[in-house]
Amino acid sequence: MKKEAVEKNNNSVGIVETKYFTFAEPPKELLLDGGQRLGPITLGYETYGELNRDKSNAILVCHALSGNAHAAGFHAGEEDAGWWDSMIGPGKAFDTTKYFVICSNVIGGCKGSTGPASINPKTNKPYALDFPIITVSDMVDAQKYLIDHLGIDKLLCVVGGSVGGMQVLQWVASYAPRVRCAMPIATALKHSPQQIAFDEVGRQAVMADLDWREGDYYGKSQPEKGLAVARMIGHITYMSDQSMEEKFSRRLKDKNYSFKFKTDFEVEGYLHYRGDNFVKRFDANSYLYITKAMDYFDLSGDKLIPAGKQIDTRFLVIAFQSDWLYPAYQSQEIVRRLKTRHVDATYCEIKSTYGHDAFLLEVDEETHLIKHFLDKTFRGYDVRTYGA
Amino acid sequence: MVPDSVRPDHRVIYEIVEPGARVLDLGCGSGELIYFLAKEKNAKVQGIELSEEAIYKCVEKGLSVFHSDIDSGLIEYPDKSFDYVILNQSMQEVKKVDFVIREALRVGKKVIVGFPNFAYISARLRLFLKGKAPMTRSPPYRWYDTPNLHFLSISDFKDYCADKDIRILDVYYLGKNGPAALWPNLLALNVVYVLQKSV
Repeated sequence: MKKEAVEKNNNSVGIVETKYFTFAEPPKELLLDGGQRLGPITLGYETYGELNRDKSNAILVCHALSGNAHAAGFHAGEEDAGWWDSMIGPGKAFDTTKYFVICSNVIGGCKGSTGPASINPKTNKPYALDFPIITVSDMVDAQKYLIDHLGIDKLLCVVGGSVGGMQVLQWVASYAPRVRCAMPIATALKHSPQQIAFDEVGRQAVMADLDWREGDYYGKSQPEKGLAVARMIGHITYMSDQSMEEKFSRRLKDKNYSFKFKTDFEVEGYLHYRGDNFVKRFDANSYLYITKAMDYFDLSGDKLIPAGKQIDTRFLVIAFQSDWLYPAYQSQEIVRRLKTRHVDATYCEIKSTYGHDAFLLEVDEETHLIKHFLDKTFRGYDVRTYGA
Repeated sequence: MVPDSVRPDHRVIYEIVEPGARVLDLGCGSGELIYFLAKEKNAKVQGIELSEEAIYKCVEKGLSVFHSDIDSGLIEYPDKSFDYVILNQSMQEVKKVDFVIREALRVGKKVIVGFPNFAYISARLRLFLKGKAPMTRSPPYRWYDTPNLHFLSISDFKDYCADKDIRILDVYYLGKNGPAALWPNLLALNVVYVLQKSV
């Protein structure tokens, strides 16, 4: 939504800015899943609303692959709102008059947090491929430092879609006592071969670009062509057959076919536009690192909640009907695992034609579910449920 | 006290369920019954429901619900997870009735089944005198837009339980104006069974 429209509705968090938190200074570097150590680490993060006195109203929002810490409001001088502005603000699903909302950029990212484009203190040059492979668990460990730093012992809610949803699940696997409710949206306990395959095609597109230079392209030009192709593939998987038909059909950019290899169809133009825009704001190596983390993620079987472990985190699991990248059966699998472990879980598959993008677009339905669920978690339930 | 606004079948189920019981409602709709049981009987409840709109209503009530088809079974639940599994007014709408009832008997110590009696007198008269397919009062769906896939009578269900060796612990016949103890297969509109797996 554009700034003027938002200001008219008076439901925006207004002007915000990204803050930075640095930790894990040597010799106390963060020990990563892969066995390497990383430090110092900086996280870019934003907060909206006020933390209450007993610090019981904090919500951590985890972003998706291409997201960042700027989830709501506007950066000074910018026209576009944060990526989940429709859900975060006064009176919205994550009501900033009641809750304190935090969003941080993941490690490995390129929007204020330490990633492959950051300066390696050992060499004073960008890490590039010297940056260690990170996992979703590492991302969450880093977020925990931030939550500790903010003085929050127990989060009211951890929420996110896609790889953000993986972080939500990881929070429960790693730090369940610190999470009152978890909302994994349009996500999975592990990537299927199809999901890994799409990620690998994206990575190969980046690495096939001669400008990639084995990752050592900083100070030169980024592998724009490759990254743009990766993003184009991504966008296809985020939409659905139906949403593409509705959005583009076979409409042409000009009246007739060009009979050349030019951009004839609107859908081609759209993908080019998306790809070209993406390379202006995203680091190609970050794309490699984060998609790798997604592929390594696996909390299937007993890994989410080991047998015998008791947790009191409540779950709201949401999937979307036309999402073929993260199909509903993967969300149902999450719920089944939770039920086997006697964890209280509510599941809803929202009717939508938007595909995977739905988690950013089906605002009314998500708001309805999340608002009530959060309110009940925050203020207490008047009915007892049994997570058999 | 149970308020007068509570549906007769819900009232019967309310009387059956002990305080603090663990209850799973298959086809829980908007969650009226389990909400009522949770509030008034301190039951620990959850539901499974196919309608998205109904799921929203359940979430508004703070109920724990799984948006799913009960035909796909209850694999996530270990044996005897619940004191009661309820199939109220939903059994006649599932595809694989026998499978669903067996699953319910597996995960619940007891199973409560409530359904409309298609051998009710007015349904019989409709068929016999008018030559028209039975249409029950609760609710009166027409043949072309009914969610009901199975049309059964109290006698049919009794036979089914006998065939499948399912123990009938209790049965409640609900007539037009209260219990219908006399000639239930003719005079009961609705029936509520309490079942158990034979050992």
